Amino acid sequence: MVGRRRFLGYLLAAPTLAVAAEITGSAPAAAAIPSPPQPADLFDLTDAVIAAQLPTANLITIQLGADGTASFALPRAEVGQGITTTAAMLIAEEMDLPLGKISVTLADARPELVFNQLTGSSTSVRTLWQPVRTAAAIARARLLATAARQWSVDSGSLAVHDGVITSPTGRTATYGSLAVAAASQTTEQVAAEPKAAGSFRIIGKPTTRIDALEAVTGRKQFTMDLQVPDAKPTMVCRPPTINGTVRAVRNLAEVKAMPGVTDVVTVSSGVAVRAETFGQCIDAVRALKVDWGPGTVGGESDASVERKLRAAALPLAVPPVLTQSIDAEFVFAFASNSALETNCAIADVRADRAEIWSGLKSPIVAQEQIATMLGLPIPAVKVHVVTGGGSFGRKLFGDAALEAAEISKKIGKPVKLMWHRADDARHGRTHPMCLSRVRVNHALGNVVSYEQRHTSVTTDFGHGLGEILTAVAAKLPVGDIGFSQTVFMLSTSMPYNFGATTQLLNEVPLKFHTASMRNVYSPNVVCARELIVDQLAARMGQDPLTFRRGFLKDDRLRAVLDKVAEVGDWGRAMPAGMAQGIALHHEYKSVSAVLMEIDCRPETVNRKVRNGVAGPRITKAVAVVDAGLPINPKGLEAQTIGCVNDGIALALTSSLHIDKGLPLEASWDNYFYTRQWNTPPEMEVVVMPATTGEPGGAGELAVASSFAAAACAYGRAVGRMPTRFPINHETLGFEPKPTVPPVPESPVDGLAYTF
Amino acid sequence: MSQHTFTVNGKRVTVDADDKVRLLWVLRDLLGITGPKYGCGINVCKACTSHINGKAFNPCSVPVSAIGPDDEITTIEGLADPETGALHPMQEAWLDRDVAQCGYCQPGQIMAAIAKVRQARAEGRDISDADFDEIRNICRCGTYSRIREAVKTAAANM
Repeated sequence: MVGRRRFLGYLLAAPTLAVAAEITGSAPAAAAIPSPPQPADLFDLTDAVIAAQLPTANLITIQLGADGTASFALPRAEVGQGITTTAAMLIAEEMDLPLGKISVTLADARPELVFNQLTGSSTSVRTLWQPVRTAAAIARARLLATAARQWSVDSGSLAVHDGVITSPTGRTATYGSLAVAAASQTTEQVAAEPKAAGSFRIIGKPTTRIDALEAVTGRKQFTMDLQVPDAKPTMVCRPPTINGTVRAVRNLAEVKAMPGVTDVVTVSSGVAVRAETFGQCIDAVRALKVDWGPGTVGGESDASVERKLRAAALPLAVPPVLTQSIDAEFVFAFASNSALETNCAIADVRADRAEIWSGLKSPIVAQEQIATMLGLPIPAVKVHVVTGGGSFGRKLFGDAALEAAEISKKIGKPVKLMWHRADDARHGRTHPMCLSRVRVNHALGNVVSYEQRHTSVTTDFGHGLGEILTAVAAKLPVGDIGFSQTVFMLSTSMPYNFGATTQLLNEVPLKFHTASMRNVYSPNVVCARELIVDQLAARMGQDPLTFRRGFLKDDRLRAVLDKVAEVGDWGRAMPAGMAQGIALHHEYKSVSAVLMEIDCRPETVNRKVRNGVAGPRITKAVAVVDAGLPINPKGLEAQTIGCVNDGIALALTSSLHIDKGLPLEASWDNYFYTRQWNTPPEMEVVVMPATTGEPGGAGELAVASSFAAAACAYGRAVGRMPTRFPINHETLGFEPKPTVPPVPESPVDGLAYTF
Repeated sequence: MSQHTFTVNGKRVTVDADDKVRLLWVLRDLLGITGPKYGCGINVCKACTSHINGKAFNPCSVPVSAIGPDDEITTIEGLADPETGALHPMQEAWLDRDVAQCGYCQPGQIMAAIAKVRQARAEGRDISDADFDEIRNICRCGTYSRIREAVKTAAANM
């Protein structure tokens, strides 16, 4: 009999101890929620992804080396979210090893894992939690049994501390010394019982990232830092509109003869240049004279896209009869999910094989797409997942990996492909413009109905659930609508008792490059909802905090709301032009509440920032997060700080302006992600103690609540509900760079700015 | 192509490169010194921030021909004590506060922070919120508050 907390796994036939784990249970049960729940309350997006991953999760393996190090090739991408540290903590906890004895690397693309190699929608910890601990528990039990057999004692009499086993008579053996003896001759199924929460000594303890030292010494390697023989710098000259095509290159010979240039070829996305240095690639890209064919959205600009969204908005159904009503419409501009590391990949394509290096969150899809493009069998394409310099949704797609493979094949040489920043902003993927309409009807102190109609340019979910079959399904018109609707329905929840509630998505298929951006639909949907909640509170003569407390369905949400109000000193007196805002969100089995203070006084709004925008400033942010079971509170705090700064950017400063089929933004001094001059001087994050006992999502947890808190604070400071985001979007804060040539020249006056 | 001689992280180097190739690419592509990162190539994101003769600068915007034989370039790799290997107080503070998330901008952040503390000190004052607001290095992970905390800690130990 396998007990409730016992899980099955494997001892693998191997020279030293190797273990694997299998999931036999189901996805974590949803918390019971009174009153009519939304689909996302019962079975959210992470459940859907987890369900898809269950059949193959047993292929997760841990190996113990003779030096006592436990090695785990993590089938996930590390892009800054700290999943390698979390995985190491789980193994260290279960094996009773110090963290320094755990080696976590990123697994190459493994097509046999099918769905189980996707990093996204805050699923990593929730999917790895049980199998990693099960495998580690099997390893620990096997090591104890091996020592017990050698010493002819009962294994229950042995103690383990930091990878050293001690007998009652004081005999000791290190894990390393037992690694060979503990190895299994055959692969066999065994049961294991991971530790109970009460005996955790590493899980729940604030822990520094395992790659922190490498990061601060410059030793941490990203794709462009790898030295692959003969993979020379390569860049692409891109069109002046999205998806424009090359008709002719007028000065090919001239550019080929430029200093350092080794190759110039036309590819599907533009004209590729390979050179001795990236500096020479930039010069060659700028020198190219190309006749371009039209792009797919050359006629589209901000205003035309907004018109199309408005025309496609689904009708609101409940007429305001015998009730009071609030109707509002919110517009959210295009936003970029560009990371600081631009799209990049190394590719070495030969006649019969290919090898790829890139930061990939869906490496199996990239591998299968590259194999298809090159006409090679899948096993002939080796895809290495490299630590990424940020993702925010961008690395769900292997755009650079595919492009690098195409260029390498065409040139017949290895290439180190890097996108220029201007290209990453203009031709990289975006979170598309969307429009949210809300109608609430209320009477006698009750909210009778809440309707939200969200209309968005189509978001590309072509990465599927991490595997080519679902990726292809997501590309079919009907498939993608199904996929988007699924993601929307499973991520959109309604935390308030607002009577009859409907939240619907409609999409307008325009051929922009789009993708999920950290937290996908929720930041926009929740911002609109929380602004309406403030309106309702005002209508009913209630304080925003009191109103929210009264209408919340869930005690976990009420707890984080109370905590944020207490820590953030809700209701304190503020000067005219300043105000507090409060908001909350529930998703991925986790909850968050955020309180922000904003300064909208003219002396702040109009302060001068060189080549930057000022505008209103968030002066203080307090975020309270309850992730069910916080595995690494230090990492969760870090993710929350990032979410707060993302939310501030979405509310106030960061957007793309589409003009004739291309964003005007081509630099970090155009696309105004939060900078030091925007970030709150006062920031506090409170990580709530364990509540559910199961880890919920963490990486996107506070984006939506932060965006909403900033928007609500702004509305209260200026006395008018904002309806267009970000606040600064209406004023263009920079001189747009030319589109031809597509990338700007590097300056030569850098020494004039030393300090 | 011409020869350029200067000092990087305490070592004398000579490289063959076109005069106008920016120093970032000489460091990264020709010398294999990859701590300074590319984030924009136009002196905006500051991910490549390094030191020239002890002052912060951005090698993406300096032609190699502007670097003379007496110039000493320090990248993140050259920050630790060459004798003992001891980390700079700024690196220690970074570890203590676990500042880095993805880590891509962090070499530039650390090099800029050191220069900013020295600048404030040279002006006879402690580093303040106004100084932090002047740091242009972008961190797309948004770890700004931990950067501020770490710099204050390090400033006390520098």
